[in-house]
Amino acid sequence: MKPFRVVLTFAAALFLAPVLLPGQQPVTDTCVACHSALVDDLQKPATLFKDDIHSSKGLSCADCHGGDRTKDDMSVAMDPAKGFLGKPKRTAIPQLCSRCHSDAKFMGKFRPQPRVDQFTLYKTSIHGKRLATGDENVATCIDCHSVHDIRAVKDPRATVYPLNVPHTCGQCHADSKHMAKYGIPTDQLDKYHTSVHWNALTKGNDLSAPTCASCHGNHGAKPPEVASVSAVCGTCHVSFAQNYDKSIHQPLFSEAPGGGGCVVCHTNHGIQMPSTAMLSGPKAVCTQCHDAASDGGKAAAEMAGWVDGLDAALKRSEGVLMSADKSGMEVSEAQLRLSDGRENLVKAKLAMHTFNPDEMHKPILAGMAIADETLKVGQAALREKNYRRWGLAVSSLLIAITLAAIWFLLRRMEAGGAGYRPASTHAPYR
Amino acid sequence: MTATEIKTKTASWLDERLPLSAIREFLDHKTVPVHSATRWYYFGGITLFLFGVQIVTGLLLMLYYRPTVAESFDSVRFIMTRVQFGWLVRSIHSWSANLLIFVAFVHMFSVAFTHAYRRPRELTWLSGIALLGLMLAFGFSGYLLPWNQISYFATKVGTDVAASTPIVGEALARFLRGGDDVGSATLTRFFAFHVILLPMIAGGLVALHLLLVQTSGMSTPPWIPESRVRQMRFFPNFFLREVMVWYGALAVLGALAAIFPWELGEKADPFASAPKGIRPEWYFLATFYTLKLIPSHVWIFEGEIMGLLGFAVLAVGWALLPFWGVTRAGEARTRVVTGIGVALVSYLITFTILGYYK
Repeated sequence: MKPFRVVLTFAAALFLAPVLLPGQQPVTDTCVACHSALVDDLQKPATLFKDDIHSSKGLSCADCHGGDRTKDDMSVAMDPAKGFLGKPKRTAIPQLCSRCHSDAKFMGKFRPQPRVDQFTLYKTSIHGKRLATGDENVATCIDCHSVHDIRAVKDPRATVYPLNVPHTCGQCHADSKHMAKYGIPTDQLDKYHTSVHWNALTKGNDLSAPTCASCHGNHGAKPPEVASVSAVCGTCHVSFAQNYDKSIHQPLFSEAPGGGGCVVCHTNHGIQMPSTAMLSGPKAVCTQCHDAASDGGKAAAEMAGWVDGLDAALKRSEGVLMSADKSGMEVSEAQLRLSDGRENLVKAKLAMHTFNPDEMHKPILAGMAIADETLKVGQAALREKNYRRWGLAVSSLLIAITLAAIWFLLRRMEAGGAGYRPASTHAPYR
Repeated sequence: MTATEIKTKTASWLDERLPLSAIREFLDHKTVPVHSATRWYYFGGITLFLFGVQIVTGLLLMLYYRPTVAESFDSVRFIMTRVQFGWLVRSIHSWSANLLIFVAFVHMFSVAFTHAYRRPRELTWLSGIALLGLMLAFGFSGYLLPWNQISYFATKVGTDVAASTPIVGEALARFLRGGDDVGSATLTRFFAFHVILLPMIAGGLVALHLLLVQTSGMSTPPWIPESRVRQMRFFPNFFLREVMVWYGALAVLGALAAIFPWELGEKADPFASAPKGIRPEWYFLATFYTLKLIPSHVWIFEGEIMGLLGFAVLAVGWALLPFWGVTRAGEARTRVVTGIGVALVSYLITFTILGYYK
């Protein structure tokens, strides 16, 4: 066969292959094809879906909306007889999503240990319960996860990415019109933005810092019940919760209005960095119940004094040690020891949650002893530094005197050229 | 018996048993040329003085230092915080080591620029070059001994560079480390090198170097006519000046140790990540930075190997200066040697600065 014929035959085979070989032609998603050609709201789903996690996993519009995506004819493709659902009712959405997300076998294809309890939890949530009564105003899956452009939780663009969760919840909960009929406040988001948790999340780059979902749950979202507030906070602040549970306040605060537990002193959404100002002074939270002159008020002021005293003592030692360190003195052992002192300060703040001054006094005393010990080391190092400077001055003076003496000796010795032999002579030294 | 009689009798008793009169005779006749470059002679003396400081302070440090991974860092901290004047001894040892290498480089280049390597001083030059190499080895081995974070990772980098040497690299690195990585065996080895092997070789070479200097006498630069050179008696005239310089060096060392005590750093943690900006001691910075600049491959060869070969050729070439730096008639090739010397000094200074800041 001539080479030209070989090339021609090969080219023809390549061209005709898609036509001649059944089942080999690429499947066209007619939903995307048609909706991409439309405008505004009808085009939007097709545009957004390109970046949707479901699209990346090979799912198509028809997997949620039903119908036949392979047919060009709209009446066939969107035929209810072919399972076409159209836009699902809001009340039907959780169930629709759960067809896949509650199916462990199906979800196992995408993740070895899939989570399939979302729908079950949702049904226990306030949102789920109200939806079941026909309230379409409450959040369903798409209100939190978005729709058509759903992304994985770990994707920073996802509406449920930790940094975005407060805003996602706030879309409804900070909207006074939306929340009007429920009679619940809408200032949670504003307060949260002032909180230590928001700071940790955004300024501290700590994605594990609590967002709305950390305390309220996500799929099973509901307000923590009074008895469970310390348990919610204790999820992260374990030791504080344990001490609090032993305290005299635990049974009393459990019945307090507005949530009880930790919330009584620390509030909930707008939690601020705790300080001793919470114990005594004009902004003290203890004085809400204890008069400053009462035994409780005095104990609170005493505990505040201990914490402030230890903090100041440790800072003083740290400053002295740093000054010694900067001047080249070896104080690393004391600096390491100082971290034990800091640990005692933390222990004292922890013990304060027992509301028993005796419990708190032990770490305070231990911390003060360390602060004192390290301060002495730092002061000794600074004295040693001065001693070295004096030693340097004295030895330099002695060296200078010796050098001057040698120089005078040489001048006297070499007076008149003694010790030198003139050039080009073998004359004896003068 | 009067004091004069005791002195006379002691001298004659010693004379009978020791070659004191020969030494006296030698000192009576030893002279030092006096000219515009005489000041460079002092750098050899300062190097010797600092070497002596290293021996004395090193011996004192050995009284407390413990060469094990578990104890070395704590023993150095103990020296610096608990031992009376331990901080001073350790700081002087560290500062003196660095000044010693700096002064040895100045001494080497002063010899090159005054062309003192000429016949019959070839062996003096070669023994001096060997001594400089030994001082660098002292620095490299001593750097690891406090077992702190910087020294640990710098030694890792240093032995990795040694491992890149063609053919013998892996074996050399293994020999230095005493294993696959820097660890307990490396510390023991480096300690043995630092306090036994290197001092023994250095002691012998210093003795040889001094003997050669005494045998050949001090060289006068070729551009200064011998007929114009005055001679100064070595003892006591030059010797007293040398003592003054040594005292000055001692004062500088004391000031550096008191004002900038050598820091200890953090204990080495092999599982921690390398500290940011890890780099070797300043005297290896030019080499280190050059190796960093060389691309990973030069034609078909590995860049690092090419760099190391280049340095080896440069070092051997420089060591053989007495043989190519003179004409057949024995005259110094002053322009060539000075030009190459200036280029070398400029390269070392520039790349050390770049290596430090980049």
